[in-house]
Amino acid sequence: MSKGLLLAAVLAGATVALVVVGTVWPVPSAKAYAGGATLVRSASTPEGAVVNLGDEIRAQAWDKAYASFANKGEFTEEEFIHSLTGTFPSLLTYSTISDFETRPIHASDNEAEIDLKFHWATVVGPSARTYHLHVVKNADQWEPEWPIVKEPTVPPQVIPVNYLRWDVIYRGPGDDWGAQDVEAPHVRIVDMHPVERADGVIVLGELLNEDVVPAYVSVAATLISKNQTPIATEDCFDKISHILLPKQVTPFLIKFPGVTLSQVGSIRMMPQSTLVSASADPVIEIGDEQWHSAPGALLTGQLINQSGQVVNVAHVLGTFYDKSGQVVWVADQYVDSALLPQNPVPFEIRIPQDLAKNVSTQRTVLATYSSGGSL
Amino acid sequence: MKSRSSLLLAILAVAAIHLAFAQGERMTLPKVVEAGSAFSIQSVGSGKAELYIIGPGQVLKRDVQLGEMTSFATGSLYNAGHYLAVLAGGSFTETGSFDVLAASKPANLSFLAKPSRLPVGLHDGITGAVYIFDGYHNLIATPTPVSFELSTSSGAMQKHAAVSSNGAAWTAMDSTSEQGADHFVARIGDVSSTRIVAQVPGDPCELTISARQVGEKVQLTTAPVRDCHGNAIPDGTVVTFTESYSGAQSTIDAPLKHGIAEVTMPVRAGATFSVASGVVMGNQIGWNK
Repeated sequence: MSKGLLLAAVLAGATVALVVVGTVWPVPSAKAYAGGATLVRSASTPEGAVVNLGDEIRAQAWDKAYASFANKGEFTEEEFIHSLTGTFPSLLTYSTISDFETRPIHASDNEAEIDLKFHWATVVGPSARTYHLHVVKNADQWEPEWPIVKEPTVPPQVIPVNYLRWDVIYRGPGDDWGAQDVEAPHVRIVDMHPVERADGVIVLGELLNEDVVPAYVSVAATLISKNQTPIATEDCFDKISHILLPKQVTPFLIKFPGVTLSQVGSIRMMPQSTLVSASADPVIEIGDEQWHSAPGALLTGQLINQSGQVVNVAHVLGTFYDKSGQVVWVADQYVDSALLPQNPVPFEIRIPQDLAKNVSTQRTVLATYSSGGSL
Repeated sequence: MKSRSSLLLAILAVAAIHLAFAQGERMTLPKVVEAGSAFSIQSVGSGKAELYIIGPGQVLKRDVQLGEMTSFATGSLYNAGHYLAVLAGGSFTETGSFDVLAASKPANLSFLAKPSRLPVGLHDGITGAVYIFDGYHNLIATPTPVSFELSTSSGAMQKHAAVSSNGAAWTAMDSTSEQGADHFVARIGDVSSTRIVAQVPGDPCELTISARQVGEKVQLTTAPVRDCHGNAIPDGTVVTFTESYSGAQSTIDAPLKHGIAEVTMPVRAGATFSVASGVVMGNQIGWNK
């Protein structure tokens, strides 16, 4: 028998052996994620009880998670699920929990406080939510109390909306050769400047729709070296509000990793705009915006949907200016809950700490997505 | 079929060789023919021959009796260009050439007007270029006077005159101070082409808000928003309301509806309300109630 055949036989045998071992004696976590059983740990400690809860929620074993609560009499299992993923479709509806971590805050003989932080993998990147759990001892077992926040209900009402919408009819094949197509919206970059960061050059700026029609916009930039050769071309991807209504301004941020400002001789900006159908609703109030320079360098606030339509995904973009009005930074956050009419939803946007001292004012804009329909 | 093609190629080759010196002995060609018009070719001699007319996109063949006039009806030759005539008899081949020119009377105008939408009050903001064609889509290269007219919905009109050069004429016009769908017309005699140019309001001018308390909230309303020419800013234009108080602020982007924008914001003592649209700032209101 040749050496190759011997090696193949050994590999095949080892594979079969490992499959048999994995099937007969599965690793507990694999068994749990496969839906066979929970990853049961002892609930004889507060942290063990919270870790069990985290595993059950990650595996969407809602029955078991609900059964483990000390305060389950205060809410139904359905309310518990909705408190995690929301009643209405939102960013979390199409996401999964990738990981979680626990952080003990305080413990005594009969009760403990533990933070349970879930890391969601969403279509727009990771999203984290922390729940502060009170854990109580019942006989020899510890049981967490779920900090239920019941989703608010909107009272029956009629919210009048003067529905304002633009529809577009483009040039057709029957039009004569010289007939114009509908003009693309006129947009203008009203501010732009590059900054150098540790991970490369970043181009910041603002774009204005100076037309009377809605625009789908994007901004690309090409860095040109001092000897007039292109270094790189990038666009802003989602660091922009892509739909701009007339006279609306959006910030944009374009990253050029691995480039230093000393290499750059000039920058070619390429704003793009397309005429699209759009709606002027919903109207969202961005309330209680507060800038906290330290600690954390973050902007907090809340979104209040003033329309009757449910907003499923909201993207908050913050523009931060220095004393001279120049853009210092652009940061964003996707809000992971749906915006129900008149119900405030908090947001929090962080910027690099070293830039916090330069921030004098800020402006916030919002891009929304609604899957349609009201409550 | 193949032999006919070969024959034609051979005739063309011979014609090219003899073109310079053989012209005019057995046939009399017109120097110029207007596209689409009737014409005739006179031959001399006796016997039968074949006459070929070869030009851009067209080949005609006629059996001719030498010594007689061969007539071509209206519409026989319609593509402007340089044509080759070949008269092939049993023992001779004679060639000649003539030009077919575009008809002098324009029949179609291809009119390009840009842009189709622009703000009011822009100097030379509208450009129009016209290409002049005859009834057979030949570009008329002879200088031709063209009139451009831009008329507003209220009847005001700008007129420019131009003379075409190599088949094209162009102009630039100012957008007027009045919003609306303007008619931009290029005209030569009774032939014209019309494009619609939308003139839209410019930036808001003197943006002002008023405030009144409604329960526990303040209702902020803009005055009817107009541009600096008095045109109403269209509905859907975004107006940003900002309430600043104690180091915090709230903002609402609201679209104009029926010419005004209106929002309600929480009452906070010492708050300042301001308004902006695009890069235009409006007034501020201090709230001390």
